[in-house]
Amino acid sequence: MRLIAESIGHRFGRLEVLDGVSLDVAKGEILAVIGPSGCGKSTLLGILGGLLQPTEGAVSTEGAPPAGCLNPLTYVFQDFALLPWRSVAGNVAFALEHHALDAAERDERIAEVLATTGLAEFADVLPKQLSGGMRQRVGIARALAVKPAVLLLDEPLSSLDAQTRELLMEEFLALWLLHRTTAVYVTHNLDEALQLGDRVCVLSRRPGRIREIVTVDVPRSERDPSRLAPLRQRLWRLVQDEARAADRETMAPVHG
Amino acid sequence: MAERLRFRGGGFVIQRKRHAGWIAGFVIIAAWQASSSLGWASPVFLPSPAGIAKALAGLALSGQLARDVSASLARILVGFSLGASAGLAFGLALGLVSHARAAGLPIVSALFPIPKIALLPLFILWFGIGEPSKWATIGLGVFFPMAIATYSGVDQVPRTLIRMAQSFDVPTAAIVCKVILPGALPGILAGIRISASIALILVVAAEMIAAEHGIGAFILSAGNLMRTEDLLAGVCVLSALGLTVGWAVSRAERRLLGWR
Repeated sequence: MRLIAESIGHRFGRLEVLDGVSLDVAKGEILAVIGPSGCGKSTLLGILGGLLQPTEGAVSTEGAPPAGCLNPLTYVFQDFALLPWRSVAGNVAFALEHHALDAAERDERIAEVLATTGLAEFADVLPKQLSGGMRQRVGIARALAVKPAVLLLDEPLSSLDAQTRELLMEEFLALWLLHRTTAVYVTHNLDEALQLGDRVCVLSRRPGRIREIVTVDVPRSERDPSRLAPLRQRLWRLVQDEARAADRETMAPVHG
Repeated sequence: MAERLRFRGGGFVIQRKRHAGWIAGFVIIAAWQASSSLGWASPVFLPSPAGIAKALAGLALSGQLARDVSASLARILVGFSLGASAGLAFGLALGLVSHARAAGLPIVSALFPIPKIALLPLFILWFGIGEPSKWATIGLGVFFPMAIATYSGVDQVPRTLIRMAQSFDVPTAAIVCKVILPGALPGILAGIRISASIALILVVAAEMIAAEHGIGAFILSAGNLMRTEDLLAGVCVLSALGLTVGWAVSRAERRLLGWR
């Protein structure tokens, strides 16, 4: 499914967070979105999935969702957003229970995604017993269970430590290669963006505008640090001024 | 010259001491009994623990204990059920509906501080001297803490969980049942704990004002007749009731909130 955003603008009260953001994510593409903190990345993702009503502009989709798709636009959240009182399997089931699936079909989908994310033996475990990495695997399993047409990933690896992040990135890429689901991947991590993205959209500091969209013209199988170094350099140059300026900004107007 | 490092990280850690509570209780009761046996305390104004135990046994054997306790428990049960379920529903509305919160919260804040026992005379005028006036007093006393606990429990459900449910197109009613209610359960159980002790206070007060049976009525009449052993036996029963309720809520918390 193709995802098109046309001149999205958004403000919270008097605070302008996004301005004229237009995106066109092709079917089967991963678009990485990077930018300094507070630049409206998460707001943009909320708008792309219909969780936020933009002040200006509109989002549309084009093309039919894949067979068996229950929730075309599906999120993976930074803080995992797991129901702490439900087991791993119960959390995956939560995304399916309100759909007209018979019990056998539902259990089959749950078993399948738990197997592909390596969670089969943890089906009955509660989230509090899992490490951060395992919790995010549950978040990913839940997203895959609805066979999404577009995945919207909101800094999915940001609350994990560096090693776990590396592991999950590889796993996510392997899973993505199976289904080639259209995806928007919001991150503040240049390496994640370069490893995963077909293109990288760089947002400016608040109000977020598109500074540049960089195509990662290295095949995914050849993306080692040395091949990506020139691109990384270029992205860092785009981001660093914004990051420096954003860092010195106050979050809210100071009175006095 | 090398100097050995001084340890300075001690203290400020509360450790579990298992028997201390039993020992302290035993010491207090033993001292009390001793002062009675030695004749330091007047048996009329402060009867001995043994005397209270004997009175308690007598009340249990005569059947009076069962009659008074069951009368009080029945009042608590009806009043609490009415007040708690209404409070739960009202608290949910306060937590979920903007208009209900805007209109309801000032009303709750205004009525919550009224000692509900002050309304018993009014309820007696409305409902008569019988049971309904006591149910109403207890129910109203339970309603407000329950509504407030539920409302703040709902407020504490993480927004991200609600957004997650919405992102999977989960219907609103299912979000309330599967996300908001379980998420608010810690607050609701805390509310049950508080309102159960309020119910106990109110049933005793109401029975002291107007009742033939019940623990409150029994304690009052024992006091009027200077039967302090019976009076304190009734107080012990109240303590046991309160402890039992607290224990039951703790058990429910352990069972239902194991996921925390």
